[in-house]
Parts: sequence; structure tokens; C-alpha cells
Amino acid sequence: MSKTTNQKAWIFVIPVVVLVAFNALIPLMTVVNYSVQETFGNNVFFWEGVKWFEEVLNSSRFHASFLRQLAFTGTILLIEIPLGIAVALSMPKKGPWVSVCLVMMALPLLIPWNVVGAMWNIFALPDIGLLGRMINGLGINYNFTQQPAAAWITTIVMDVWHWTSLVVLLSYAGLCAIPDAYYQAAKIDGASAWAVFWRIQLPKMKRVLTIAILLRFMDSFMIYTEPFVLTGGGPGNTTTFLSIDLVKIALGQFDLGPAAAMSLIYFFVVLLLCWVFYTLMMRDEEQ
Amino acid sequence: MPNYMNFKKWLLPTIYILFLMLPIYWLLNMSFKTTNEILGTFSLYPQNFTWANYEKIFTDPTWYNGYLNSITYVVMNTVISLLVALPAAYAFSRYRFLGDKHLFFWLLTNRMAPPAVFALPFFQLYSAVELFDTHIAVALAHCLFNIPLAVWILEGFMSGVPKELDETAFLDGYSFPRFFVRIFIPTIVAGIGVAAFFTFMYSWVELLLAKTLTSVAAKPIAATMTRTASTAGYELGLLAAAGTLTIVPGAFVIYFVRNYIAKGFAMGRV
Amino acid sequence: MAKITLENIRHSYMPEPKKNEDYALQQIDAEWSDGSAYALLGPSGCGKTTLLNIISGLLTPSEGRVLFDESDVTDTPTTERQIAQVFQFPVVYDTMTVFDNLAFPLRNRGIAEDKVKTRVNEVAKMLDLENSLNKRAAGLTADGKQKISLGRGLVREDVNVIMFDEPLTVIDPHLKWLLRSKLKELHQQLGRTMIYVTHDQTEALTFADHVVVMYDGTVVQVGTPIELFEHPAHTFVGHFIGSPGMNILPCEMSDGAAHFAGNQVQTACTNLPSNGSDNIEVGVRPEFVEFDDEGLPVEIIKVDDLGRHQIVLARHDSNLIKMIVAEDAQIPSENPCISFSPAQTRLYKDSWVID
Repeated sequence: MSKTTNQKAWIFVIPVVVLVAFNALIPLMTVVNYSVQETFGNNVFFWEGVKWFEEVLNSSRFHASFLRQLAFTGTILLIEIPLGIAVALSMPKKGPWVSVCLVMMALPLLIPWNVVGAMWNIFALPDIGLLGRMINGLGINYNFTQQPAAAWITTIVMDVWHWTSLVVLLSYAGLCAIPDAYYQAAKIDGASAWAVFWRIQLPKMKRVLTIAILLRFMDSFMIYTEPFVLTGGGPGNTTTFLSIDLVKIALGQFDLGPAAAMSLIYFFVVLLLCWVFYTLMMRDEEQ
Repeated sequence: MPNYMNFKKWLLPTIYILFLMLPIYWLLNMSFKTTNEILGTFSLYPQNFTWANYEKIFTDPTWYNGYLNSITYVVMNTVISLLVALPAAYAFSRYRFLGDKHLFFWLLTNRMAPPAVFALPFFQLYSAVELFDTHIAVALAHCLFNIPLAVWILEGFMSGVPKELDETAFLDGYSFPRFFVRIFIPTIVAGIGVAAFFTFMYSWVELLLAKTLTSVAAKPIAATMTRTASTAGYELGLLAAAGTLTIVPGAFVIYFVRNYIAKGFAMGRV
Repeated sequence: MAKITLENIRHSYMPEPKKNEDYALQQIDAEWSDGSAYALLGPSGCGKTTLLNIISGLLTPSEGRVLFDESDVTDTPTTERQIAQVFQFPVVYDTMTVFDNLAFPLRNRGIAEDKVKTRVNEVAKMLDLENSLNKRAAGLTADGKQKISLGRGLVREDVNVIMFDEPLTVIDPHLKWLLRSKLKELHQQLGRTMIYVTHDQTEALTFADHVVVMYDGTVVQVGTPIELFEHPAHTFVGHFIGSPGMNILPCEMSDGAAHFAGNQVQTACTNLPSNGSDNIEVGVRPEFVEFDDEGLPVEIIKVDDLGRHQIVLARHDSNLIKMIVAEDAQIPSENPCISFSPAQTRLYKDSWVID
């Protein structure tokens, strides 16, 4: 759509900027402050420059959790996005089942994340959990507290269970926003079901899908509570994702400097990847 | 349409919903058991059915106040976020202005850092403006990540409404506020429904800031639940009951907006 | 090309309709012959879009049959009916170029690529889209996109009828006229049956050879624009067509003549209803109301000068009467009286004209 240039539009945007910036700038400045200083306690700080950044970027522990994080995020995106779109496509648009579907699909999203972790913890235990018993009952030796592979799979399944509905809800709303006339025109033009999906539905869903993908990327990249409660990062450190490691450093060892530096590096990585993705998705919008 | 085609279409959402319901059923199951029973035996339904967990929540002020506090600040946050996001999203959708693309992206960057290290600065900030332990503090703090989300979602839906609609209305003599409320908003109700639900959801489940900025007066339910997990040992039955109850307000919200989400875009018949 | 016949069509959106009000279309029987331009004219909610969708196959009627030439197509799906439809707002495939958009219906039907190319270029020329063929369809203006929608209908040679569902709704006013003329030009060029649904009488009257006026689910009159103006068969037609519409005034039958407000009225009606009949109304267009010193006394409330003529709003008791008088005519200041031209005054019973 052709936008008109109008600087007065800033008025509409100012409340948003004020509220967000109030919360963003000062804490951000504080963290930046910490990231370039050293403290030995007693509120005494020494300037350290880029020492923390170098330390973090060169640490093999950081590399390891970073790679684990990439693997995790990559996997869940590959599962949740197509699955979410597929479920949204197959949901009814009208009728009594719509309410049932929407409410039931929303439920996992509403559970506080520590409860999600705790319930899956029990759910997947081989002796007292339904899932654990079922899998072991099928003859597969499954124990997520001891087997790295089982821990990974359980964490991934938990995340799919928890978050796919976000993709479903966004996609569904986007789909419902497509006017009937497009489907009618497609019928008249003799389009196949695939053509309808590829040429009408998917393009019209582009914006909501971008939001869904960005949200899932960011949230999964920063994931902390659920896997921490489920596996504690283990067995060993096999499911210690980036955030879990960060918290261990920040709170466990109370090393504010490296923790702050790590947070900023974290931030820049997410920022870069999001920016690349966003630019790619939106590059054909402005003409 | 022949019947078998309908069946295939129904298969996926049905299986998906069953998949979602299984752990929830398990949660419900646990909520009616005592912690000992949960940890001690495996059973598909409670052997010694007990209401004790729910009783505790409904009678102990620390618990039910937790719910009330959470609902209070979450609703405040949702309302604030939607109110400021609507005009902003409209501006992003219809106008070009200095720095618009960068501003739009900057909004989203506020969701890109893990919160752990920011907790202390937030505490200092809100203490400095004397808002510590108030509902409005948490409501405002959550604006950090919810307003960008609301703006992005609303902008996405607004871009699907052709600008011709605005122009036709102005030509017909509508003033801007009247156009916005009577013509524009009805065409984007799906977006508002989605934005409202997600704003509610993300604020509802947010733990760290909510805990950091409150102590007693505005203590959220999430904080009470983590207390259960640490100090009194793992009171699983209670946690399960509390967890089940936290689903309820959100379920209301999605039920309330369901028609808006499914309504979609109906180009007003002139 | 085909003749379209609608037989006993009734349609209700409810699963179990019980009364007349549950039906969106009450009873339609119509035969539309080929090649003409038809307009379906009526206010919102009168059922015209329902009727359009039944013809195009997007809706199956609750009762009745649809025939193209002599074959029953009531259950034939849209894809096989060889119709084209242009919607209220532009429907284009955003991700494809204008060329691909126009080619889409042909490629879906397996037409050879060189034939596709020829045909698309022909149609693009007809619609002045040749210079945009390689642009992405999403980048065009609203009227350009509507042309693409139209083009997708024209590009198929087997199309029986092209239907338009209020297609000018989102077009800029100064472009509406251009597009409307283009549609008329295309109709004369191609000779295909076109059915144009609208609530705007100007669009209907300028585009169509025959206008089908609909009201509340039924067809109240079919005729040329002139017929509708001079001989409205229903008070709705009288009221809806013309600007301002016909004056419809309450009337009583007594002493073998029609009376309005106690005064006898001469009408063009030859079969007068009996004395004391109910629901009689007299209808006369503002163009045919004149100042006449021996007529009915009225009070003048407002005079609008529209340049070419003046519109006078007069009142007698509680009845408002509109008149159109020439631009330089004198409006009597004292005791204005009016009369109706008898040849153009009609009587209506239960809203239907009595001849």
C-alpha cells in the first residue's frame, strides 16, 4: 500500500515511545555500565573496558552453550512453524467447534512457565509419570534424567506442546482475515488447492507469520524456566542452553561483569539474526 | 463435500488437541492428589481424592490475593498497551515519517535480551520513582515487551486493510476519531482480539519482573508459586492446583475474544 | 454465450426457513437473453448479491433451478459454469505479475503457453494494461487492480456471462466515470452478457440495457431505464429511481375517484379501485408537479437551487411534496398552489401500480 509522508504521525507514536523507552533505556544503561567494569564488592568499580567481552567470546563454555542453543532453536522452529500453520489451515472457520478449538489450544500458553517445567518433569518420569510409563511400557528404555538424548527430546516435545499454539493462533487469525472473495475468485479461476495455499493464503499470512517466527525465535533463544525446571540443564550440562548458563554465571558466581557482558552479546546476536530475517521478509514491501 | 474429505481435515486438529490435553489432564490429576501420593505411586486417577490443595488456595489470603494481584496488573497492562498501540500501529501502517522503519524495529529489540541481569536495575528504577510494590509498577514494567508486541500485531492486521477505506470515509465526511472508532476498528477486530490475548498471556506468565518489583501488596500468583517450590519443599499437589487455576482467567480472555479472532475481515458493505 | 433462466428460485440462509421473512430471495423467475447488459439495482440487503452468487454457482439455491441455455446447472460447481465475476474490492494475486495474473485462469485450464501469451496481450490492450504487464500486481492502484480482475474474466473465451458485484465501490470518484465508460465500451465490443449489481442508480441506468430492480428479495420490475422512469410498476421503483424520487402520497377512494387530502386527483389509471379500498397511494414524480393557481394549497418549506433546476419542498398538512421547477421559474410567494400532471400520476395499491 502506498504510504503518505507525514511527520505529524509522530504524535501517534509518542506514547508508545515514552512508555517503552522509560523501561528500556535506564536499565540498559546500567547493564552496559556493569559490562565494562569490575567489582570486588563494596560497590567499588574499576574500569575494565572490553575485558569481559573478550573473556566471554573466547570461552569454550560459552561456545558450547551457544551451539546447543542454536540446535535447540533451529529444531523447534522447524517443527513448530509448519505444524502451527498446518493446524490453523485445518481448523474450522465457523460453527460451534471454533470456540472449543480456540480455548483448548490456548490453554498450554497460559500456564506459568515454572509449572510447565514441573508438570512435564513429573509427567515424563519413568516411574510415576504417565508419559514415562507409556514409553517404557512400549519397550523403549527411557529416562530423561540420565540420558542426554531423552533429555533433549523431552525438552523439545515440551516446547512444542507449550508454544505451537502461539503459531496456530496467529496463523488462524491471519487466515480468517482473508476475505471470502479471494477464495471465490480462485474457484472461478480454476485454481488448485495448492495454488490457493501458495498464492493466496501464504502471502496474505506473511505479516502474521513474520511475527510468529520472530517471537518463537526470540523466546526460544532466551528460554530459561521450562528447561531449567525440567532438567536443571542436565544430565550434566547437555541441556544447558544459553540463558541457563548466563543465570548460573550471574547469580551463581555473582560475577556481574561477565554476566552483563554476556547479556549484551546475547542481545546483539538475537538482534542481528532478527534484523536479517525481518529485512528478508519485508524486502518486497516498499516499492 | 464428500464425507471422507471432512474427516481428513478434522484429523489433525483433533490429534493436536488430544496431544495438548494429555499433560493438562495429568496436571488436573495431580491437583487432586497429595504430594506424597504424586511422588509415591503412579495412578491415572487419584487413589485418595482430596480437595485439600484447592481448599488451601481459596482460603489462604496469600494465595488468592496472588490471583487478584496478578489479574489486576495484567488487565491494567493489557488496557494500557492496547490503547497506546492502536494509534501507533495506525501511524506505522499508513504513514512514512522520519525514522519510522528503525523505530518499528527498535520496538521489537526490547524483547531480545534475557531479563535476568536487568532485574536489579529495574528494581532500582521503580524504587526511585516510588512505585515499588504497586500494581501499576508491574503493569508499566510489562509495557516494555507488551507494547512492541501489540504494535507489531496490530500493524500486521492494519496493513491488510486497504487505504482506500480511509480515503472513502474522509471523502464521505467522517472526522478522524469517528472514522477510527466506527469504521476502522471493526475491520481489524481480529487483530485486536489476538493482540489482547497475547498481551494478557505474556504479562500473566511473566515471573521475574513481577517478583522483583513487588513484595507484599501486589505480589503476583507466580511469585507465590515459586515460593511453594523452594521454601516449603516441593509441594507438588498445591503447585498443580495453583497451576490449574491459573489457566482459568486466560481461558476467559480467549473465550471472550474468540469471535473477534474468527471474524476476520469483512469489508463493510456500503 | 448463453441464455440464463432462473426457475422458481427461492433462497434462505437459514437451515429451516418457516416464514417469508426467512427467505433472502422470495421468488425469482427470470429469463435473461444473451449479449445484453443487465443491471441488478436495489438497496443493501435486497438480495441482489445472493442472486448473483446463485447465478455464478458460489451459492446453491434452497429451491428452484438455474439453467444456462437449456441445461440445468443448479448443481454444477462454479469452475464449470464458465462465468467470470468482478468483486466489490480488487482481488488480485499479489505475488504474481500482471501478466501472470491474467494468464492464471488459462494456465489452470491447461491452455498452451503461446495461446496464453496471445490472449493475455489482447486483453491487456483492451484494458490499457499493456505497460504494466511486467509489474507486480500488488503495486497497481485500485482501478488498475479492478481492471486485472476484469481481465481475468475476459481472457477466457468460453465465458458465458460476466458478473460485477458493485465493482466501483473502492474506486476514486473521478476514475469511476472512466472505468464505467470502459465497461460499456467493452460490452459493445465483445457482446457478452454482463450482469452488474449496484445500489447506485446512475451506474445502473447508464450501464444497462435492461434494469432489474429488486426490493426485499423480489424482482419488482424489469425494464429499460426509460420504462422505469416513466412507468414505475412499484412504489419502490418510483421512489428509488430519479433524484429526488417519486412523491408517494396517501390516497382515498370515494365517489368513484381518487382523493388526496380531500381534493380529487386525476390520474392515468383506467381501472379505478372501488370506493373505500385500503392501501391506496398516489405517485407522481417531482418533474410532473406544477404550480397551478387552481390547485392544492401548500406551504413552501425550502427551495434548493441546483443550477440547472430548482427543487422545491412543499407541505400540505403533514405530507411533504417535492417539485422540480425550471431554474428561472418564479416561485409564487403568496398562496402557492400545485397540481399534478394527470398523465404522469399513477395509483398504487399495496405498492403495486394499478393500470
